[in-house]
Amino acid sequence: MYQKISAYYNSITDTAPLAFFRIAFGIMMFFSLLRFALNGWIYKFYIAPKFHFTYYGFSWVKPLGYYTYLLFGICTISAILVAIGYKYRISIIIFFVSFTYIELMDKTYYLNHYYFISLVSFTLIFLPANAFCSIDAKTNTNIKSNKVPKYTIDILKILLAIVYIYAGIAKLNSDWLLNAMPLKIWLPANANLPLIGNLLVKTWAAYAFSYIGAIYDLFIVVLLLNKRTRLFGFMLVVTFHVLTRILFPIGVFPFVMIISSLIFFDASFHKKVLALIMKLFGYPLTFSTTQEISENSIFSKKYKSRWIPILLTLFISIQLVLPFRYLAYPGELFWTEEGYRFSWRVMLMEKAGYAQFSVADTATNSYKVVDNSEFLTRFQEKQMSFQPDFILEYAHYLHDYYIQKKGMKDPIIKVNCYVALNGRLSKPYIDPNVNLAKQDESFKPKTWILPFEDNIQGF
Amino acid sequence: MRKLFFVISILVIVTACSSESGSENNNANYNKEAMLTNWADNIIIPAFTDYQANLALLGTSANTFTSNPNANNLDNLRSTYVETYKTYQHIGIFDIGKATDLHLLESANTYPTDTENIEFNITDGEYNLNSQAQFSSQGFPALDYMLYGLGNDDETVLTYYSSNINADGYKQYLTDLIAKLKEVADAIVNDWNTGYRAAFINNSNAVTGSLNQMANNFVKNFEKDVRAPKVGIPSGMFSNGTLFPDKVEAYYQNNLSKTLLIEAVNASKDFFNGRTYGTTTGGSGLKEFLDAVGAQASGENLSTIINNQYNTIISSTNELDNSFSEQITNDNSKMLATYDALQQNVVYLKVDMISALSLTIDYVDGDGD
Repeated sequence: MYQKISAYYNSITDTAPLAFFRIAFGIMMFFSLLRFALNGWIYKFYIAPKFHFTYYGFSWVKPLGYYTYLLFGICTISAILVAIGYKYRISIIIFFVSFTYIELMDKTYYLNHYYFISLVSFTLIFLPANAFCSIDAKTNTNIKSNKVPKYTIDILKILLAIVYIYAGIAKLNSDWLLNAMPLKIWLPANANLPLIGNLLVKTWAAYAFSYIGAIYDLFIVVLLLNKRTRLFGFMLVVTFHVLTRILFPIGVFPFVMIISSLIFFDASFHKKVLALIMKLFGYPLTFSTTQEISENSIFSKKYKSRWIPILLTLFISIQLVLPFRYLAYPGELFWTEEGYRFSWRVMLMEKAGYAQFSVADTATNSYKVVDNSEFLTRFQEKQMSFQPDFILEYAHYLHDYYIQKKGMKDPIIKVNCYVALNGRLSKPYIDPNVNLAKQDESFKPKTWILPFEDNIQGF
Repeated sequence: MRKLFFVISILVIVTACSSESGSENNNANYNKEAMLTNWADNIIIPAFTDYQANLALLGTSANTFTSNPNANNLDNLRSTYVETYKTYQHIGIFDIGKATDLHLLESANTYPTDTENIEFNITDGEYNLNSQAQFSSQGFPALDYMLYGLGNDDETVLTYYSSNINADGYKQYLTDLIAKLKEVADAIVNDWNTGYRAAFINNSNAVTGSLNQMANNFVKNFEKDVRAPKVGIPSGMFSNGTLFPDKVEAYYQNNLSKTLLIEAVNASKDFFNGRTYGTTTGGSGLKEFLDAVGAQASGENLSTIINNQYNTIISSTNELDNSFSEQITNDNSKMLATYDALQQNVVYLKVDMISALSLTIDYVDGDGD
């Protein structure tokens, strides 16, 4: 067994797919950050709001006022440096840190694909992605290498596989499969689309999309791994993601997934693409036929050491376990959302809420019903109104605000909150008698969430 | 693998075929343009036109009254005022276009009205009703004060327009209040009749389009302009039980608040059901839209649940005294029951309806996943 593992970690493969991935990833990140900035979202999401929803344990990660622009600038530049492979190790570390910092600033904007980007960029820190087709390799022949350890490419495939397969497993629940929810709600909203619009309003279409979506997520990686079905698989990838791009407001995610899945192709494909790109820039590529990692290469030492494979194995193990942490919580996952994020649960719920807070202070005999728009943007209010950790953090903010700004002593914060989930009639969500100011955030189950009183079977 | 390919091929073929044939159950592809057209032509424009006509009558009655301030003319003026105020309850939903630009809602119905400032304006004679600072000194609540609040009985009220040392000032202010309301109404009606209608209907697809805006206005009207000020604030819902019987709508007349609430709830219900203004003929609207997308909850149509809740509100309101001030002082629990009924429908409309229709409450611009 140990020998097998050891042999695997020692096996090497062509460097081209890794170089291709590095370039593609850097370019995609550059354009998606540019798009984010051009949409005016830096100001709108991170500078304009008075208050930001933080992640538990990361409340110290805050937007930096107008320096937030600088942060985005650094992140964007590091993305280009990653693409061209200039001082790669430093650049990818800067990218990972700045991108992750941006995502941690406000969980209102949490998206699974941002999390995916953080994971990929973290992984890339440990991979020799600049060994080929990079400025580093051109200026330092010790960096250049035609071969890289096989696991450095496989780990990217594993990350993609986790996203797809876990997203597929998450769809195996009664709402998705038996009720075609939430697609039954979402698809008819696209009834005005040409050609397919008339279909989307039909109930059977919602079921068909639900089942195809689940099967696609569960098995697409198999198709991509298998050489004979790879091209067909990739065509499915393109079709699926283009369709989701048309139907739902999911930004750049489809493109990230389409381009990323090219990692499954053979090195010959990546070589052709790289040669083409380099030719455009006037640098004809030569592919050496050496089958070994040159003894001079810095990789030869670094990747003979065991710590990188061990660290990456540990990292992947965490990724495999983390999505199942919801099992440690009582109650329905979709309702309480305890363990919902960071689990590749993509587009599973149509959830909406209404939260009206009251602030009462017996010491100063004051009482107020909170106008959420005074403190939150519409986006934040929308997200807050159906997620318990948002509700709690906001309640604490209100508590502190009314002490500091309105001279209250120790206000009692209560909420009247109703939530509708996947077409069920809205019902009370949070115990209206609980003083949320006295409840603490933790990983423990939140007892003040009212029971779902319904059942969603499955994962 | 072949099976998957097979299933997908079948799906593609079926897709291709049925998009050609069009077929049976097409009503879910709800015609948004028809809905916007019904709203514009059968609800919004007729309501504004009626409101405008009422204001014209109100202007005439006021003219008659100011040139001859007697009890009979005061009665006539008051009854036209009541009718106009009732009509106003129907247009509060349509805070879009010119209505927003000209601050229709704030200038027509901010209450409690600022009587001190009204008296100051009348004495001073210099005021600009278009300035934001004057929003709480004009509109229907100011008229309520001018027609009912100046004295304890009709005779005392009349003296302000006859024997009072500044009778001309009172007359002028009364005239100006009505003229301001009319001016805003004229501009809105004119705008709808000269191009805005087409712009409204054509703006049918975008997320920021008329449908989303109107759905938002409709919900906002019910939550912020009906539930909160008419019932919630005076009954102490927003003040931990501290009652404000003097903050009811039409406080000085003090027997109209119930009528106005019923009028506003019916206006909301009629709009929900797409009813042609002033009739019970339903048409294309949110109810039909909900039914078309098959919105159901606990085995019942969501539209039925919402309509039932409107009925619950009406029957709860019917239990109340004509004067909400009296009701609040004597038995506030009935006010609270009405508030709860209203609140339940706020949730149904704002959460369940908006969610079922895949509309967004106040367009959220950003990616989802």
